[in-house]
Amino acid sequence: MARIDLDLAHCYRPEQAEIDYALLPLKMTFSDGGAYALLGPSGCGKTTMLNIISGLLIPSEGTVRIDGRDVTHASPQQRNIAQVFQFPVIYDTMTVAENLAFPLQNRRMPTAQIRKRVGEIAEMLELSAQLDRRAAGLSAEQQQKISLGRGLVRPDVAAVLLDEPLTVIDPNLKFQLRRKLKQIHRELKLTFIYVTHDQVEALTFADEIVVMNRRRAVQVGAAEVLFERPAHTFVGYFIGSPGMNFLPARASATGVNVAGQLLATLPHRAVPDGELKLGIRPEYLTLAAHQAPGALAARVTHVQDLGTHLLLSAALDGHTLKARLASDVAPPQVGESVWLQVISEHTCFYQDEELVA
Amino acid sequence: MQLSLEGVTKQVGPETWLYPLTLAPRPSEVTVLLGATRAGKTSLLRIMAGLDRPTTGHVRVDDQDVTGLSVRKRNVAMVYQQFINYPSMTVAENIGSPLRLRRELNIEQRVRELAERLHIGQYLARYPAELSGGEQQRVALARALAKRAPLMLLDEPLVNLDYKLREGLREELAQLFASGESTVIYATTEPGEALLLGGHTAVMDAGELLQYGATTEVFHRPRSLREARAFSDPPMNLLTATTGTGSVQLQGGPTLNLQLPPTAAGTVTVAVRASALRLQPRTGDVALAARVELSEISGSATFLHVSSAMGELVAQLTGVHAFEPDEPVTLHLSPAQVYVFDSTDTLLIAPERST
Repeated sequence: MARIDLDLAHCYRPEQAEIDYALLPLKMTFSDGGAYALLGPSGCGKTTMLNIISGLLIPSEGTVRIDGRDVTHASPQQRNIAQVFQFPVIYDTMTVAENLAFPLQNRRMPTAQIRKRVGEIAEMLELSAQLDRRAAGLSAEQQQKISLGRGLVRPDVAAVLLDEPLTVIDPNLKFQLRRKLKQIHRELKLTFIYVTHDQVEALTFADEIVVMNRRRAVQVGAAEVLFERPAHTFVGYFIGSPGMNFLPARASATGVNVAGQLLATLPHRAVPDGELKLGIRPEYLTLAAHQAPGALAARVTHVQDLGTHLLLSAALDGHTLKARLASDVAPPQVGESVWLQVISEHTCFYQDEELVA
Repeated sequence: MQLSLEGVTKQVGPETWLYPLTLAPRPSEVTVLLGATRAGKTSLLRIMAGLDRPTTGHVRVDDQDVTGLSVRKRNVAMVYQQFINYPSMTVAENIGSPLRLRRELNIEQRVRELAERLHIGQYLARYPAELSGGEQQRVALARALAKRAPLMLLDEPLVNLDYKLREGLREELAQLFASGESTVIYATTEPGEALLLGGHTAVMDAGELLQYGATTEVFHRPRSLREARAFSDPPMNLLTATTGTGSVQLQGGPTLNLQLPPTAAGTVTVAVRASALRLQPRTGDVALAARVELSEISGSATFLHVSSAMGELVAQLTGVHAFEPDEPVTLHLSPAQVYVFDSTDTLLIAPERST
């Protein structure tokens, strides 16, 4: 169990132009026993960050600390970090029990203690019935559970790093493993860092999600915060399907000008003057009365019945807005003009892509 | 172009891959083939394309029998799961290849138009290996569209892309298909994708065609429990119940006031879509006591898995809701929002719709 502090950057070349950075300067703390996810599209820097934490990569600048101790140049073994990869890493010819015992034997743990610990981990992963079976004959899901078990078996492990661990798992079984991972984290209270591009896996597993884009951590927060108050327009876009709606806006002392209309902002939300982007999620964009305060007129371009709800698309000043509507209301017709409530408690304002109000 | 399949089957050794199947997809529109893996979607697409010959039955195109006519002699465009491009050709040459084969004029202009529409205009001089997965699939799609074939077949074309890329590309494809240039057949395992594409849907399961109709109609009025199951994600909650007078009694749960057809008697299945279970009660609702197993969060929705005296249930909630495992929770359900299937799994009643 450990707390991990990063204060570093990683650059492939000595010139240090921004484009050469695989990871731009960042400062971050992973608390002891926390469940974290690194989430972002391919090329965002999440794997670089993971490799720096595990010790497979030494950052070009800065330090990695585990419980305050500088481990920047320490190997993964010295850091005592366990890793689980996309594909099962197991010894085919060994039994499940032998596979699980291997990391403990390497550390010369007494046999009786090994047996006890292997039994506990197998129980937790529902592998008890397979302990004497050869690993080779098992399903991909069970093999991946063994990989996970090998990571968890050392009681003194500082952190468990998981790199897209559910890639090989059948879609129908993913739910069970997601639940299992969450249970295990609660029981073992280890620091878990889970890397994925899949928002469901990240948001379901982690208490804190690090959203990454273009080699930078753009927001660290709980799923609810990423949904309600995205700190960066990228988070608004990346989290949720469809993502957040954005409209250019210009704020002044009298209100915000959006698509040629002056709208009053909420009194308790001070919006800084200047060029802004207004962001509102489709789940919060509602139909409003004709000329309602904080609402704008838009022309309906598409209404899709998505079974459990309707998705309305509307054009406003060259922009498309999407609104999720309950399916028990009569939907507006294509071509019709509707009023959409763009200013509400859920409206976010962005300046240079960063949340300002 | 009217494609029609009449009594088509596919037998491979002792295994039946397709049971007798008759289908006439709507011309110039999108037909979604929806089904889990091994439902028979790819087998059917290959027969439609002329890549495989059906064991029995006929394939007709505009009343001409084309059964067994090779794919080379048919005018068909196909897009696969894997990003298939010619590695030694540039993006422009890839897109233009079907046009060069036909010695068409103005190839360059047509290629440029298509590349612009699929947002790969800036990559025309590059090679496929220099592009990301999403861009490579755009090249394959542009080449299929360049062909202007009257029949376009797509076999899970977006399955290997990240969900954000999938979201954008799916929307663009739906717009391209709407031009009505081709009859489009689009295979997918995802109910949500079928609904986003709209058009018509053919639900398939284990080599059988179960139901064909307008996508929303099939979703809202599945003929039997099998169609309902195949067209639900997350899965429908299936509850065993016994019929009473003007009501059904859920096993291990409350009584729902429901008018069933007079023929209904004995044991029935009450099917509840995940989205019909809510945290906030409304007038006329029944309450279901449950315990949280896991709250799965997808970004804009939460799938709350719970256990209850009626069995395991899943509720789909809008927005992000955090729950701790084992936390008690009460879910609310309006009896007007349930489906009821009889003991032979045939639909008795479906929720009424305002639209």
